[in-house]
Amino acid sequence: MNTALSWIKAYVPDLTCTDQEYMDAMTLTGTKVEGYTRLDKNLEKIVVGQIQKIEKHPDADKLIVCQVDIGKEVIQIVTGAPNVKEGDKVPVVLDGGKVAGGHDGGPLPEDGIKIKAGKLRGVPSNGMMCSIEELGSDRNFYPEAPEMGIYIFGDDAVVGSDAVEALGLHDTVFEYEITSNRVDCYSVIGIAREAAATFRKPFVLPEVTVKGNGENVEDYISVEVQDQELCPRYCARVCKNIKIGPSPKWMQRRLAASGIRPINNLVDITNYVMEEYGQPMHAYDLDTIAGHKIIVRRAKDGDVFRTLDGQDRKLDKDVLMICDAEKEVGLAGIMGGENSMITDHVNTVLFEAATFNGANIRKSAKRVGLRTDASGKFEKGLDPNSAEAAINRACQLIEEFGCGEVVSGMVDICGEMKEKVVLPFEPERYNKLLGTDVSEQEMLEIFKMLEVEYDAQKRTLTAPTFRQDLLRQCDIAEEVARFYGYDKIPTTLPTGEATTGKLPFKLRIEQKARDIAEYCGFSQGMCYSFESPKVFDKLLLAANDPARKAITIANPLGEDFSIMRTLSLNGMLTSLATNYNRRNKDVRLYELGNIYLPKALPLTELPEERMQFTLGMYGDCDFFDMKGVVEEFLESVGMQMHKRGAYDPKAGRNYLHPGRQANILYGDEVIGYLGEVHPEVCDNYDLKTRAYVAVIDIPAILPHATFDRKYEGIAKYPAVLRDISMVVPKAVMAGQIEAVIAQRGGKILEDYKLFDIYEGNQIKEGFKSMAYSITFRAKDRTLEEADVAGAMKKILNGLEGMGIELRS
Amino acid sequence: MKEKLEQIKAEALRQIEASDALEKLNEVRVNYLGKKGELTAVLKGMKDVAPEDRPKVGQLVNETREEIEKVLEASVKKMERAVREAKLKTEVIDVTLPAKKNNVGHRHPNTIALEEAERIFIGMGYEVVEGPDVEKDYYNFEALNIPADHPAKDEQDTFYITGDILLRTQTSSTQVHEMEKGKLPIRMIAPGRVFRADEVDATHSPSFHQIEGLVIDKNITFADLKGTLAEFARELFGEDTKVKFRPHHFPFTEPSAEMDVSCFKCGGKGCRFCKGEGWIEILGCGMVHPHVLEMSGIDPEQYTGFAFGVGLERIALLKYEIDDMRLLYENDIRFLKQF
Repeated sequence: MNTALSWIKAYVPDLTCTDQEYMDAMTLTGTKVEGYTRLDKNLEKIVVGQIQKIEKHPDADKLIVCQVDIGKEVIQIVTGAPNVKEGDKVPVVLDGGKVAGGHDGGPLPEDGIKIKAGKLRGVPSNGMMCSIEELGSDRNFYPEAPEMGIYIFGDDAVVGSDAVEALGLHDTVFEYEITSNRVDCYSVIGIAREAAATFRKPFVLPEVTVKGNGENVEDYISVEVQDQELCPRYCARVCKNIKIGPSPKWMQRRLAASGIRPINNLVDITNYVMEEYGQPMHAYDLDTIAGHKIIVRRAKDGDVFRTLDGQDRKLDKDVLMICDAEKEVGLAGIMGGENSMITDHVNTVLFEAATFNGANIRKSAKRVGLRTDASGKFEKGLDPNSAEAAINRACQLIEEFGCGEVVSGMVDICGEMKEKVVLPFEPERYNKLLGTDVSEQEMLEIFKMLEVEYDAQKRTLTAPTFRQDLLRQCDIAEEVARFYGYDKIPTTLPTGEATTGKLPFKLRIEQKARDIAEYCGFSQGMCYSFESPKVFDKLLLAANDPARKAITIANPLGEDFSIMRTLSLNGMLTSLATNYNRRNKDVRLYELGNIYLPKALPLTELPEERMQFTLGMYGDCDFFDMKGVVEEFLESVGMQMHKRGAYDPKAGRNYLHPGRQANILYGDEVIGYLGEVHPEVCDNYDLKTRAYVAVIDIPAILPHATFDRKYEGIAKYPAVLRDISMVVPKAVMAGQIEAVIAQRGGKILEDYKLFDIYEGNQIKEGFKSMAYSITFRAKDRTLEEADVAGAMKKILNGLEGMGIELRS
Repeated sequence: MKEKLEQIKAEALRQIEASDALEKLNEVRVNYLGKKGELTAVLKGMKDVAPEDRPKVGQLVNETREEIEKVLEASVKKMERAVREAKLKTEVIDVTLPAKKNNVGHRHPNTIALEEAERIFIGMGYEVVEGPDVEKDYYNFEALNIPADHPAKDEQDTFYITGDILLRTQTSSTQVHEMEKGKLPIRMIAPGRVFRADEVDATHSPSFHQIEGLVIDKNITFADLKGTLAEFARELFGEDTKVKFRPHHFPFTEPSAEMDVSCFKCGGKGCRFCKGEGWIEILGCGMVHPHVLEMSGIDPEQYTGFAFGVGLERIALLKYEIDDMRLLYENDIRFLKQF
């Protein structure tokens, strides 16, 4: 909300402060000022001048030479402006002065434009006459200014006086951010009340009196509200013999500063009152109201209504309408109808100031697809009392401006008003909540400024009706805090029972995952939780793959963000592809993020959220590098991969290379998978290189992970090493061989390690050569040859049973 | 005899002196001290010495041997040192050649900010808790004093799954879960992902992260809120950081505030970074609304508390002067490597 400071000062006449002081102080009491603009910025040495004489320039057809009276003297100014004539009063920048902008109305230069005396085509010119654009404004806000040319003052302007003052530009416009609870502050009066309290100056409300013409409004209009819940109050007044014309300059200036374009006296009055009281009003041409009767009722499903902007609006039964005896004439609280619009030929006006149910207006505006200044105010839920105040203020202004005759009386259809909120005055409670020591007297002073009534006998506080946010003691405490000053409240630390800071086990495991991934060269990425349903096809998922059962967002930002991911791969592959296509070499990324698995679709209960530790890489690396990272991590969280871990190549994952994929098993349980990305999937992601991924399901490892460790004594007795070299059928996997060694090696088996693997020339077709080094050791003695021979024999027998030949 | 020994010794020492290589010293050792060396020969000639003189001669021989050995040993050491030094001289490397790195990976700037915050609050006795990303309307709105028709529900541009299930718009939902557990006092922070229907641009993302904080105990005051968050700001942004609390409005706290910190680039004088204001808005906070306590079964007459919510991305963007939020989700390694 934007408002000129001069308008605020109309209600707080004693307010004196700099713009910066005002901004800081208001912000600290809760009326946040986002910024301010000085309207007289870069306007220097500009006075009202009167053109005495105009002569042609001797050497230029398009220029004229003017003698301009600037009060103390008459100066000569050469101009090319076409619109001036002798006797006109105009703004004149004197030699050495400044204007805000150029005559074309383009963006204003930061430091303005300096004006110096000089010669134009040989004729001396000692200043410049200005257009409204040069003064930093435009015709939207000064509708009386000519389209091209110099601004011309009315007759009342005083020659030699400050032209900036005469234009009302010695002012500052402040931009406020009003919080949604302070409906009352969406009005100049509301902000002024806050300003008065902030600076502890008297607050002076405008005195509203309407004379009336002695006629009875009920002879002109009757009102029937059929749905009181949606329309708690409806006030109507009538003005006749309306003379449409411009509103006074001061009103135009105030509206312009608020960003509202002045139109004519009638429109300006309703807009002015809306700004001033925060209460939207509507004016109907009474001659278009059939039966001179207003009916407030719900629309019917499927009705269509043309609003005054010429658009047809589709209605439903929850949209509240203003109707006359025959037809709809307005979309309640949102916009009037084309059929009852005010024209320049209006004679009798019906003013409406009503209170509508905020939530209903908000929803209706959304459904109808039309949000207006009025609906924006109504939807916050207005104080029914402001309807009456505003409509009377509008009528007062009609009378003051002499642009119409106000019919006496007001039709007021008002349901039961909400009871005022009364709370016991409990100063010690407020201090206890705030941690302060504010005196009772200071609190009462604050309440007085805020118009919270204090009953000294009952020791109660009564909130004014415009303060719909004051409901409980904590709300009162906030008022005390705001005006005592948040900055004066002390800073302490909570006392009471000591608590232990804790990072839960799952988060500790995630922290470990980050440490290990980074140690292994992986950097952390972050991906969105929602993605496109197309990813399932990109990942070659089978039609019946359970991962296709994804949660759909009802109102997504677009199809690409419309489902909650059930796999973490899409984000990883997209990120790898981004890097690849930006020519980044050897990229390793990891991500810790949830996938969302519905228990049933459509969702009836919350889905399962499973944290996935996802690793991806391309470049100088292979499957076994990835496997290494997986094991580094799992072992670092205390999992015994050498004993219980296993890799099942029959993982059946379509998105991975069929011969280079594995489920990671722990015992019999699948805790994740890894593999090379299927080349077709790589193509789908525009990733033109081999890429490797691994995904570890964090919830699956939690029951097995531990940070407990137990020290096992360092071996005292010597180890015995045996190497075996084998020719192995290709189909036999290292894992199978190792299982035999592990099972048959007995208690003395300490370790085994593959140290050579070879396929090729010297080895017969269908076989590979493998060599293991096996370590035996006993904890309690030096091994005898016989011990080792026995164990080796068992191992070798086992291996031979698998079609393995031993090489000598 | 004595003369002979003196002679042997003198000759041995001369040869040691003359040696210019370890091998030569070894030769001296062999020639004089070895099994067939000259001193051994003298000992072997003991049988010609009168028995009563033998001990004396033996002693003389041993003394001579020790003296030669001592000098020889010193020479060997000296020469070995010289040899090593010569070797070291040949092994000089160019230490400015490139390092061989393990190419350690990097944490995401969000995570760095998160871990900082966790460290600070764990140090103050807070427990880190988590809540679900996909949440019931009740926890995200209603239990936080945002009933069905509340305008704040529209302001937050919520993603809905069904009428009742949504993507949480704020980690404040975790407050309610924590309060419902019924264990008091509470001191918790809840980091997590939140979602709002904002189109992606330099300052908006439909998904971002927050850290929620909640303290509930007897006698918790607004002053405690100020003190705690001032401490947090100093830890996070530096000892000289000043804080400013401005009144604000949140449906689930009353009184409510926004906290600004003094600009950590210019220290509060005003610069381009803080748009000349000297202050940077960092978080929202307030005293837990009594109705919120009531709804979660906590008696507001006995307990009070404060809550706050910080945007992780906001902190990361500010701390590292990142000018485009999209960078946080692109995962370009050239970006990630910088943290």
